[in-house]
Amino acid sequence: MWAYVVRRLLVTIPTVLAVVTLCYVLLHLTPGGPFDAERKVSDAVLANLQAKYHLDLPLWKQYLYYLRDLLHGDLGASFRYADWSVNDLVARALPVSLAIGGTSMAVAAILGVALGITAALRQNSAVDIGVMLVANIGSVLPSFVLGPVLVLVFAIMLPLLPSGGWDDFAPRYMILPIALLTLINVSTIGRIMRGSLIEVLSSNFIRTARAKGLPMRVVVLRHALRPALLPVVSIIGPLAISSITSAIVTESWFSIPGLGKLIVNGASDRDYTLVLGLVVLVTVMAVLLNLLVDLAYAWLDPKIRY
Amino acid sequence: MSASLPIADTAHAGRSPWRDARVRFMRHRAAVASVFILALVALACVVGPMLLPNAYDSVDWNLMSAPPTRAGWHLFGTDELGRDLLVRTLIGGRISLAVGLLATLVSVTIGVVWGAVAGFAGGRVDSVMMRIVDMAYAVPYLLIAILVVTVFGRDILLVVAAIAAFSWLDMARVVRGQTLSIKSREFVEAARAIGVPTWRIIFQHVVPNLMGVVVIYTSIVVPGVILSESVLSFLGLGVQEPMTSWGVLIHDGAAVMGAAPWMILFPAAALSITLYCANFIGDGLRDALDPKDR
Repeated sequence: MWAYVVRRLLVTIPTVLAVVTLCYVLLHLTPGGPFDAERKVSDAVLANLQAKYHLDLPLWKQYLYYLRDLLHGDLGASFRYADWSVNDLVARALPVSLAIGGTSMAVAAILGVALGITAALRQNSAVDIGVMLVANIGSVLPSFVLGPVLVLVFAIMLPLLPSGGWDDFAPRYMILPIALLTLINVSTIGRIMRGSLIEVLSSNFIRTARAKGLPMRVVVLRHALRPALLPVVSIIGPLAISSITSAIVTESWFSIPGLGKLIVNGASDRDYTLVLGLVVLVTVMAVLLNLLVDLAYAWLDPKIRY
Repeated sequence: MSASLPIADTAHAGRSPWRDARVRFMRHRAAVASVFILALVALACVVGPMLLPNAYDSVDWNLMSAPPTRAGWHLFGTDELGRDLLVRTLIGGRISLAVGLLATLVSVTIGVVWGAVAGFAGGRVDSVMMRIVDMAYAVPYLLIAILVVTVFGRDILLVVAAIAAFSWLDMARVVRGQTLSIKSREFVEAARAIGVPTWRIIFQHVVPNLMGVVVIYTSIVVPGVILSESVLSFLGLGVQEPMTSWGVLIHDGAAVMGAAPWMILFPAAALSITLYCANFIGDGLRDALDPKDR
């Protein structure tokens, strides 16, 4: 098991390094520098500024400096938001994104598994079809159509919730964004859970368990659930990564000051360091999440021993 | 044995695998209907703007934020600047579809070549190439697209490149898998025995036999790519005004949907219909071409 963790980490490090390098090179392909302002600063000031940010060094040395700072957890200074470092901006935005994204992922997982079980146990019944129909709404409507629809229904037609904005983790402002992200993922999880449980329920050891006279509830919860959860666990990683897209859309649609809003603003302001820092941060998080999912998989599946 | 073999007589001669596939595809009603609808949407997007009296960037000063009306041919209404929404939706469709096709073309080409070369070469080349695919999988591609836009400014070709650069991964994996099984077949061995160079074996003997899976996976790539472009445009990082795309129109319409629902309704419907049809066609192609489902 530990050998596996180490091996996976050894793949992870080059991945992160490749992304950082790619992004860094991309950024430095652009003409001009950060201090090419319309109002010329004096040469001495410029030289000082360049020395401070190591811009007077050759590119490979700058890159090594960047890597060193990165290893110390320092993402540099923001170009647009003077007085702010990228770290400051991230420190404010990250909890917001985690609250929205984490909650919706948890809700989607629990709800999806529950819906999947319900649908699998009453296969092809009205409940099954109904559950799957509702669940499918999220997968056929793209997030940037579903978001406006949610606002139209729950903020404009029925003025129950605010149509956007943020007030220091006030739940009122979190419900619609979380609902949107949940709707997008719950269908995938539900469908996979349904399919895998149906398959597991038709296997021999379940027949044995039922032949012993165990009640259905015990059969499902104690015997069928764990193997049926495997495909669900393995989809969580890719799903979380693909949710980054919908999370960015959600945050910018509802004006939520999270990482997604930050990166979109950074892109329209062409705030290089901010965008670079965020891309690196999110990639590292995505890679680590994938690692965690793989480990959970190994722990759940008795057939896998590393 | 001398009695005639009836099976051999009843002219099955013309049944190529592709004809088989076509017959199976025709049986998939939703897919066939989708082909027609999608062709209609594409045709409308290409021809429509030439036939209609309004231009996508011309302003009708008398009708601003007007609901759908026959006056002045504003069948989808106008936006808050008085520009005709029907023409804008069609023009936006041109962009969305063109981006979709272009990015798909690029990504399918990369994916097929990458997968076929990796699978055929095998050994260390294969494992290095597939490690690169594994690594690219972990990267949230939209962020890279956003980074590219940050660096180079908003440019539709760059958007296409950025989308294509990360949508070939599945294709490469599937193609590699198929190549592995094809490369041990007799006809490849025969080609090698008579001295056909490796690159010609790959592109003349292996790749044509991959077309089944390539078509299936292409049908999955197309809607994904169209969606990616719409997301970037929705975020304000895609095409620029006065040019437009479905993502832009949906974004603009969403801002005023309480007062002017038609502004989001038509572009959203156009996008949804296109994605729906693309998915159905994908289903049909899978039924028609997937060797496992026979």
